[in-house]
Amino acid sequence: MFEEKDFTIIGADAERGEAFARKPVTYWGDAFRRFKENKVAVVAFVVLFLLVISVIVVPILSPYDYTKQDLRSRKEWPSAEHIFGTDSLGRDLFTRVFQGGRVSLAIGIIGAAVVAIVGCIYGGIAAYFGGWVDMAMMRVVEVLSSVPNLLVIIMMSLLFDSSSVSTLLFAMCITGWCPVARLVRSQMLQISASEYVMAARVMGVSPLKIVLTHMIPNTISLIIVNITFRIPGFIFSEAFLSYVGLGVQPPSTSWGALASEGQVTLSFYPYMMFFPAFFIALTMLCFTLMGDGLRDALDPKLRR
Amino acid sequence: MSNNNLYEIRNLKRYFPAKNGKVVKAVDDVTFNIARGETFSLVGESGCGKTTCGRTLLGVYPKTAGSILYNGKESSELSRAEQKEFKRQNQMIFQDPYSCLDPRMAIGTIIQEGMNVHYDYTPAERNEKVRELLYKVGLTADFASRFPHELSGGQRQRIGIARALAMNPSFIVCDEPIAALDVSIQAQVINLMIDLQQEMGLTYLFISHDLSMVRHISDRIGVMYLGSLVEVSASGPLYEKPLHPYTKALFSAIPDIGKRSTKERIRLQGEIPNPMNPPPGCKFSSRCPYVTDRCSHEAPQLQELEPDHFVACHMAAVLNK
Repeated sequence: MFEEKDFTIIGADAERGEAFARKPVTYWGDAFRRFKENKVAVVAFVVLFLLVISVIVVPILSPYDYTKQDLRSRKEWPSAEHIFGTDSLGRDLFTRVFQGGRVSLAIGIIGAAVVAIVGCIYGGIAAYFGGWVDMAMMRVVEVLSSVPNLLVIIMMSLLFDSSSVSTLLFAMCITGWCPVARLVRSQMLQISASEYVMAARVMGVSPLKIVLTHMIPNTISLIIVNITFRIPGFIFSEAFLSYVGLGVQPPSTSWGALASEGQVTLSFYPYMMFFPAFFIALTMLCFTLMGDGLRDALDPKLRR
Repeated sequence: MSNNNLYEIRNLKRYFPAKNGKVVKAVDDVTFNIARGETFSLVGESGCGKTTCGRTLLGVYPKTAGSILYNGKESSELSRAEQKEFKRQNQMIFQDPYSCLDPRMAIGTIIQEGMNVHYDYTPAERNEKVRELLYKVGLTADFASRFPHELSGGQRQRIGIARALAMNPSFIVCDEPIAALDVSIQAQVINLMIDLQQEMGLTYLFISHDLSMVRHISDRIGVMYLGSLVEVSASGPLYEKPLHPYTKALFSAIPDIGKRSTKERIRLQGEIPNPMNPPPGCKFSSRCPYVTDRCSHEAPQLQELEPDHFVACHMAAVLNK
């Protein structure tokens, strides 16, 4: 048996008591580390990065102009001279696919950015003021999001009597911000009910400061993930609308417009359809996979 | 006696609107005092209004009726400057150490947050202050650059305490500060709180359902049931001789360690009534073993049955002869 004399009190060393084994990790540092661990997401990111670089660079470096018609070399299959072949007017498809990529990617990124900004401001205001302001604002959102998207876009192109890229973008954004507004509002409401916001209120921190230091930083990652998932949605909507003839007009082009042209001669010249369709699919897949990776990396609840 | 009270709470009510026009009487007609430098505990089952009561005191929830006198002044009628001072002097420690710290903020920033509102320190003074506070709660200066997710539950709770102390408060509402911690850490945190109280002359409102811990830390205790105080007394007499039938039942459930229990457990029948629809008269009447006709008609008021020992029960005098 042990007795009291068998034990001595050695005390506790406060300096060394609770030391950290690893270096301080900021929130974003930790998120970046976890994103890197997700190989699929990193590959998707690299592919997207290369894609963005090539849509900028290829049309500049290419020896062919994307509008230049060459009637002597129409409908040529892919070769060393024309990597993706030529279309029915003899235009180089390689150049056209990347030129169309500019429009498609730009619509995706600008659209998602506009939607995110408008949605954040609207949702933020609704959550901040609450009560009947919130009530009224959310009913507006519900009405807007119940209107079919396609209908709005057709009406817009009638109203402005044009079907240019900017009209298309405008029409897609008009209803597109509603889900973002809802998301931001619910996240903000959740944060404003949290104990750290209550602690800040008890301490007398001003409402504006609470919004700036607690609400926005805790919502931003959610918004980043949402934008990433929204970009492929915009790209696909644009492709679909251009395909049915409501979007980009010739000689300007986009992946959707190219696919639409290629579809006419699909049974004889399938390469004309294949390349734009392939890039649409590749981009959407990469954005979705990267978004998955970002969501896993940024969600504090998934931290091991 | 009365000028020694930091808080005098008179007939405090806090109702929450519920569906179809009903109200939940979370705090219903509660009267008690908190003396300067003491630890006043509120105990009771989950949902009896302890937390709501604490939050209403600090103005997190507006009160429905009654009065809260802080230093003899009605807390809802303070001027702007007085309100700011009130917010500096009254702090809160939370139950859940995982949700009370902003996950995106470094510990140093969290501790400084309130300090920056009330004190004009230079950045160097601020960092020095943070370091001091971290030492005070038993942590090292290293912690200032860390983030909440890198800390254990006990360490987070200490950060919560340091954040409250940064304001040089005089009163802290401790809302179940140890309920989410494991037992070895509970003792550390409680002892830290007792030490700080003696060092800085703090007054605590301690909200808990851990009856053994409440006995250890409290000077006076209020027992709540369904939003009402049923018994208020100094800690010793309350544990030795509870007067209210509910308190008796509650305390008989404290487990004894080391000896074969000789006392008989009082088993209450039935469930806690729905707070939207409490029984008429005495709220405990639906479960009280000594219920009489009078109990279901007339709500009992707190009466001083023994010196400084208040109980709200019609039968208390008869039962405790």
